[in-house]
Amino acid sequence: MALVDRIGAGLAANGGGVILTSVDALADWSRGQSLWAFPMGTACCAMELIAASFNKFDFDRLGTFPRSDPRHTDVIILAGTITDKMKPAVQRLYDQMPDPKWVVAMGNCTVSGGIFYYDTYSVVRGADEFLPVDVYIAGCPPRPESLQDGILQLRELVKAESIAPGKRRERTYSLPGGPEASEGGDGE
Amino acid sequence: MNHEELRARLADLSPVLSPLFSLEFGDAVLGIGRDALLETARELHALGFDRLGMVTAVDRDEFFVMVYRLQSRSMSTAIFVKTKVPRDDTHIDSLCDIWPAANWQEREVFDLFGITFDGHPDLRRIMLPDDFEGHPLRKDYDNPNVIKRPDYI
Repeated sequence: MALVDRIGAGLAANGGGVILTSVDALADWSRGQSLWAFPMGTACCAMELIAASFNKFDFDRLGTFPRSDPRHTDVIILAGTITDKMKPAVQRLYDQMPDPKWVVAMGNCTVSGGIFYYDTYSVVRGADEFLPVDVYIAGCPPRPESLQDGILQLRELVKAESIAPGKRRERTYSLPGGPEASEGGDGE
Repeated sequence: MNHEELRARLADLSPVLSPLFSLEFGDAVLGIGRDALLETARELHALGFDRLGMVTAVDRDEFFVMVYRLQSRSMSTAIFVKTKVPRDDTHIDSLCDIWPAANWQEREVFDLFGITFDGHPDLRRIMLPDDFEGHPLRKDYDNPNVIKRPDYI
């Protein structure tokens, strides 16, 4: 167990509410601002993923840039069709990532199987069959803007994490399309 | 080299091969028997077809058709070699000894069609997982895990 987990458990057990909230805010802010990504490009969505990293879209300004070693990364971006034969490799790379870790399913193939849902003998129908997916991005392929929106949504998720075990922070939505927006807000 | 020159060259080489030569959709095709494949391949290799461009198969219900595309750099031409393989005895000679490029392509045909290549050095599945059952490009392939596309119209 990492040191930060012991701090979290200790604070939660002793009711250190104010300190825990502050430490949570700091930890989540620092985690969310630099989500290093493992680009699990298994098919054509990887082209959009690559484009997102380069200067026109410049993923790095969100603190997200690709690392080729899963041990350095926080989030695995599943870009492309996952076949039955590729599944063990994806699982293994996911297992190599250190906690805390998140999964982004980019493109229809990793969301549901996409065009390979029907009449196919070799494709996994959605990455959530074997990985806990946090953010789904539809599209075939999604534009880099969609991917960036997905990362921003993931950042909202990350900011709801707490270092105390089994505790979640109240989730705040700063993006358009959050629950407040969809429910009409309070009329302002 | 155009097709007529190729036909003449084949006639010089072998009186057996020459009548098997035909044109299908503008491509030179040599339709041969299964037992003659290895011998014919050696003759064509000696003639100058030094490159095996493609190996594939077609499921025609009663039988399979093995299709080989041979290319020649010295003659600047190409020829298809086609062989029938009966469905109840899917064995054929491997061409790995003549063109090493046949190795992986014959593995692919074995993987997807279930045709066994006698004399192949390493006949394993190449694209599907090793524990996969069946040969999915056969027309009678049936897999209960495949979700059929519904008919909307």
